[in-house]
Amino acid sequence: MSRNYSSFSLRNPNMTLKDRFCNLSWCYILLIFLVASCGFIVLYSAADGHWDPWAVLQFRRFWLGFVVMFVVAMIDLRFWLKYAYIFYIGAVILLFIVEFFGHDAMGAQRWLNLGFIRIQPSEVMKIALILALARYFHTTSLTEVRTMSSIVIPSFMVLIPVGLVLKQPDLGTAVLIGAGSLTLFFLAGVQIWKFAVLAMTGLLSIPIGWRFLHDYQKERVFTFLDPQRDPLGKGYHILQSKITLGSGGVFGKGFLQGTQSRLNFLPEKHTDFIFTVFAEEFGLVGSVSLLLLYLVLIFYGYVIAFRSSSFFGRLLALGLTTNLFLYVFINIAMVMGLLPVVGVPLPMISYGGTVMLTLMFSFGLVECVNVHRNLQMGGDSVYDN
Amino acid sequence: MIIRDGDKGRMLTRRAAMLAGSELFLSSILIGRLYYLQVIESDRYKTLAEENRISTRLLAPPRGLILDRFGHPMAENNQNFRVLIISEQTEGNLNATLSSLNKILALTDSEIQRVRKEVRRSRDFTPVPIRENLTWEQMAAIQLNAPDLPGIIIDEGLSRFYPLKEAAAHILGYVGSVSQEDIDSGNPLFKLPGYRVGKSGVELEFNTELCGKEGAQRVEINSVGRIIREMERDEGTPGETLYLTIDQRLQKIAYDKMKGESGSAVLLDIYTGEVLVLVSMPSFDPNKFNRGLSNKEWLKISKDEKNPLLNKVLGGLYSPGSTFKMVVALAALKAGVITPDTKVFCGGHIMMGTHRFHCWNAGGHGEMDLKQALMHSCDVYFYEVARRTGIDNISSMAKRFGFGLDTGINLPGEKSGLMPTRHWKEVVLGEKWLQGDTYNTGIGQGYVLATPLQLAVMVAAIANGGYKVKPTILHQPRKSSYRGENLNIPKAHLQLMQEGMFNVVNSAKGTAKTAYVNVEGKLIAGKTGTTQVRRISMQERAKGVRSQEELPWKKRNHALFVAYGPTDKPRYALSVVIEHGGGGATTAAPIAKAIMEAALQLDPSSQGTENRKIKTTGQ
Repeated sequence: MSRNYSSFSLRNPNMTLKDRFCNLSWCYILLIFLVASCGFIVLYSAADGHWDPWAVLQFRRFWLGFVVMFVVAMIDLRFWLKYAYIFYIGAVILLFIVEFFGHDAMGAQRWLNLGFIRIQPSEVMKIALILALARYFHTTSLTEVRTMSSIVIPSFMVLIPVGLVLKQPDLGTAVLIGAGSLTLFFLAGVQIWKFAVLAMTGLLSIPIGWRFLHDYQKERVFTFLDPQRDPLGKGYHILQSKITLGSGGVFGKGFLQGTQSRLNFLPEKHTDFIFTVFAEEFGLVGSVSLLLLYLVLIFYGYVIAFRSSSFFGRLLALGLTTNLFLYVFINIAMVMGLLPVVGVPLPMISYGGTVMLTLMFSFGLVECVNVHRNLQMGGDSVYDN
Repeated sequence: MIIRDGDKGRMLTRRAAMLAGSELFLSSILIGRLYYLQVIESDRYKTLAEENRISTRLLAPPRGLILDRFGHPMAENNQNFRVLIISEQTEGNLNATLSSLNKILALTDSEIQRVRKEVRRSRDFTPVPIRENLTWEQMAAIQLNAPDLPGIIIDEGLSRFYPLKEAAAHILGYVGSVSQEDIDSGNPLFKLPGYRVGKSGVELEFNTELCGKEGAQRVEINSVGRIIREMERDEGTPGETLYLTIDQRLQKIAYDKMKGESGSAVLLDIYTGEVLVLVSMPSFDPNKFNRGLSNKEWLKISKDEKNPLLNKVLGGLYSPGSTFKMVVALAALKAGVITPDTKVFCGGHIMMGTHRFHCWNAGGHGEMDLKQALMHSCDVYFYEVARRTGIDNISSMAKRFGFGLDTGINLPGEKSGLMPTRHWKEVVLGEKWLQGDTYNTGIGQGYVLATPLQLAVMVAAIANGGYKVKPTILHQPRKSSYRGENLNIPKAHLQLMQEGMFNVVNSAKGTAKTAYVNVEGKLIAGKTGTTQVRRISMQERAKGVRSQEELPWKKRNHALFVAYGPTDKPRYALSVVIEHGGGGATTAAPIAKAIMEAALQLDPSSQGTENRKIKTTGQ
């Protein structure tokens, strides 16, 4: 089996920058812009109708992210294939660094301060892992994928970062990374009974894993199971969140008229709970529309994936799209009390810099797949037979 | 089974379809839930949102007072006048009001910018603080000009004030703005704007007691959040009043004596372990920290080579020098390698192999017995005694006295120092213990490191009949049976040490006649120590050792003096360390003399404190 990338068969090996630019999907970019605009509006509202302090910064970050997206999309897809493992290894090293040296920034272990920018390696890892897994399955034939031995390496590729992120401890990100990579295994064709076995093992090990949870994590689970337990204490967040959502009704209280967010009953209203601010002011109509907007964006990711001629491109676009879906699903389910509060932001809308940049980077990769949709890249042993 | 690429692609398509299907399914759950919350249950939640009109706001109780042992205030809460601005009352012209105010208060550009920013961010009726700690003159001027200052209000808060200023900074510590870590600790009070928490000293150690329990105010608010009426008010529990063991009169005297020096002094009650004086120099004014230091002021304090922020009594580490000789002598007596009459000849130095160990007196002391050796602080005598005793015996005796261990004082920042052993040197330095190391340990040099507080505890044990006390800063009625930890040292041995230390101060030939005290017949005993910060080379010794005054400050010797008194009925133990002070007898002893003199005159430990109400802290 040859894994020599110089032997890629290419229809049009060298696209000019202009070709690439023309190949961009402007429809996809428009969708991204629409979602981000919802974010600016709701951040404006969350600050009592002020651009300060959140909306302005978010707006700047969006445009910075926009540049990042363009650059990423213009780079040759083969570059991303070639350096996928390197990115992955780099991200693992970053995770190790925050694990052991990240204490400096006042106990905030999730952050790594590079002086000019603070990065959150676990965010970088989300993309790096999808890249690395896409590359791995790109070069693995279906026969191989169905053997036990071939999923050992990618399993470790997932377990190392998940373990490190859990240790930080950041349950939300660990779940996102874990679930995101499982879908790649699934897409690559790993048999369904293996997932069933994994699910069973997972269920059986819950009592053991419980003991390793931090107290505050256990508290969150208790609160999730019974928010009324302590409505002014731990259950306060989720109860107020539900009141905010529910009191919005069908048409909402109107822009800038949300009483719950206005009167500061909502904690974290500009980050994890921002969906409720939106839903309070725009009601069921608004919240379902926003959800549908996300679904269209996700659907468009599928379209781009299936336009691509390469397995790597398809897996990459599908993996990143699934990652987006998981963000949206976990966040909204969480604020509605369907899932425990694990600290997952609402993509493009929650206030936060690193997440915005990571998302724009991943949109850039999806665009990159779209730009190079006619590029055929070998790697699967089938081509050599 | 042959699987072709086409199969791989088809598999992907099939799986992707399944994935998309499940994503749609999950999304429909979300929509269903939204429908349930926003349509079916909507009325219930609308009612709940209405009920949210009753809001609970936290009230901060006043911080507990800190008093000295006789009830004199050391930390109190002063009324503090703040000026605030309410933008909706400025008659639509915020800038006009600010510029009128500027004529009175001389606002800085950054202040104006901050106020503008905060006004933009908050609701129109929310008061935004402009400046705190107004003077009476400023207050009066503002009130006089009230008609020109629409939207300006003055309110009254409490701010921490330390009347002793620099003199007790290291005992009390200071309060400052809440850090993220404080907020994470979960106390709801810490989230209040402008709340202050203890950052060091007693303010930090007893922060929980001093903070008290938060109060609450239940208010009805209208739909934009304006308070309509107050429904219920619970002021909470004020912070506890703490009585310290400090005598502020002695503290001030000690601070005045130490002014200009770098170092520390600590005075203990030898029976109870109560700290009567704790001075660390140079000091700082804790009131400035409360107000908030400018960046320049902060840099000046934190970068100072004399380290004003360090509490040197507990956190400064020094070679104990000759003050350690009592421990060496007690170890030797216990091991039975010397008797009080054992004589050693001092010729100014002693040879070990080819290496020469010098006595501080190059001319030599001649024949020395134990008491004489203590009085003259003869190094050669203690080199020889240390050699006979061995490091194992010395270490074990030193550890009994608490060297190398925390004293357990209830103040933050204590260091445990170092008492070397063979094992320690092998593990930490990877080298074998040498005879020369034992020699150095014998005169309290080499690896031994101790805090001034440990030295005071040591002297207290020598003076009180062999009990190691646990120092405390909090005055509370102790059970009279408290005696500290019995070190099981024969009374006769302690007697010898006491006589040796008596001669140091009171004999005509003693090394510290400068510390002679006579308060109505009450005398003190003590021991000097001078520890080298630099190594004196052979060449320099040959040319004549440079005098301390010729050396730059950083290279001068540390000067130490430990003392107790009165000698007939001991009650107080003192340890003074002057960093780079030159010699123990010349700089440390006169300061020690002044403090002991004051302690014997005022004699705080014998004065009852019954006339004031003692609140225990539950500690």
